Amino acid sequence: MSDPKSEQPAWAKARRGRNILLAIGLVAFVIVVFIATLARLGGNVATHGF
Amino acid sequence: MAAVPADWRDYLRLLKPRVMSLVVFTALTGLVCAGAPMNPALAAIAILCIAVGAGASGALNMWYDADIDAVMKRTRGRPVPAGRVRATDALTMGVVLSLFSVTLMGLAVNLLAAGLLAFTIFFYAVVYTMWLKRSTPQNIVIGGLAGALPPAVGWAAASGTAPWNAWLLVAIIFVWTPAHFWALSLSTGEDYAKAGVPMMPVVRGPDSTRRQILAYSLLLAPLAVVPAFTGLGGAVYLAIAALGGVVFVALAIRLLLAKADMEKKARGLFGFSILYLFGLFAALLGEHLAGLAPLALLR
Repeated sequence: MSDPKSEQPAWAKARRGRNILLAIGLVAFVIVVFIATLARLGGNVATHGF
Repeated sequence: MAAVPADWRDYLRLLKPRVMSLVVFTALTGLVCAGAPMNPALAAIAILCIAVGAGASGALNMWYDADIDAVMKRTRGRPVPAGRVRATDALTMGVVLSLFSVTLMGLAVNLLAAGLLAFTIFFYAVVYTMWLKRSTPQNIVIGGLAGALPPAVGWAAASGTAPWNAWLLVAIIFVWTPAHFWALSLSTGEDYAKAGVPMMPVVRGPDSTRRQILAYSLLLAPLAVVPAFTGLGGAVYLAIAALGGVVFVALAIRLLLAKADMEKKARGLFGFSILYLFGLFAALLGEHLAGLAPLALLR
């Protein structure tokens, strides 16, 4: 059975805020990994002989 | 369930942002002092990993210490004891952020920095929080190593090594910690006694604590000057370390001899200890960023 308090608008709003924050965090992590990959590969690609 | 739902500020508080800022500052100093060329994006990622790792330690600490925090005036408003965040949520956040920060450090920067970061989180969350804090008055002496390690993590991130100069910075924070914390706990001793935490003033009393604060101050003042002799600090650093060290010892003596207003004098030393450590690391950071030559008096 769900807690009646968790169904109240203030709680639903807070939960939505947390979910958005979590989504932003995950997207930020993906971007950071992407930048790290570029930074690391960039140097190696530049010194790689073809 | 709490009367008020948790918002993002409560989750930010779990990360102990003030502690995190000091960790970031000392780690950045280590990273810059290493003097190794580093991609700015990777340097920023290294600092981010250290900040998130420090935040993860804070969340794990708040999860485990919720029972103690609920008793103490200074900490009862924290999100977990106040009932705004569930203890299991703090634990989950701590574990997830620890894994993210260490993994990213290992993949993006290097394994030595990742290993040192993992050790720092482990030492703070497990060795200090779960074991030492509740079992010995030497808790913050030994546990202080966790707070002292960030310069070595930063140095390792930049250079892939951790030479003597990196450990010298660690040693300075390590020796600074007891005087800093005991000065704070002299003014909040009753809080710790109520919570059953064996802080030095609770177990050995204020007189013994004041003597030990002076002993650590006498060790710290000359130790903080050493970087000027090892090719790390310059003239500005030497001046701040020497002058600050004299003031630090003088405040410790004033506290030891205090017949009245002991708490006020303890707070004075506590405040100065923060300024002193900030001054030392700011001088090193400023000198290295400005390209000022270190003194290297012994070279």
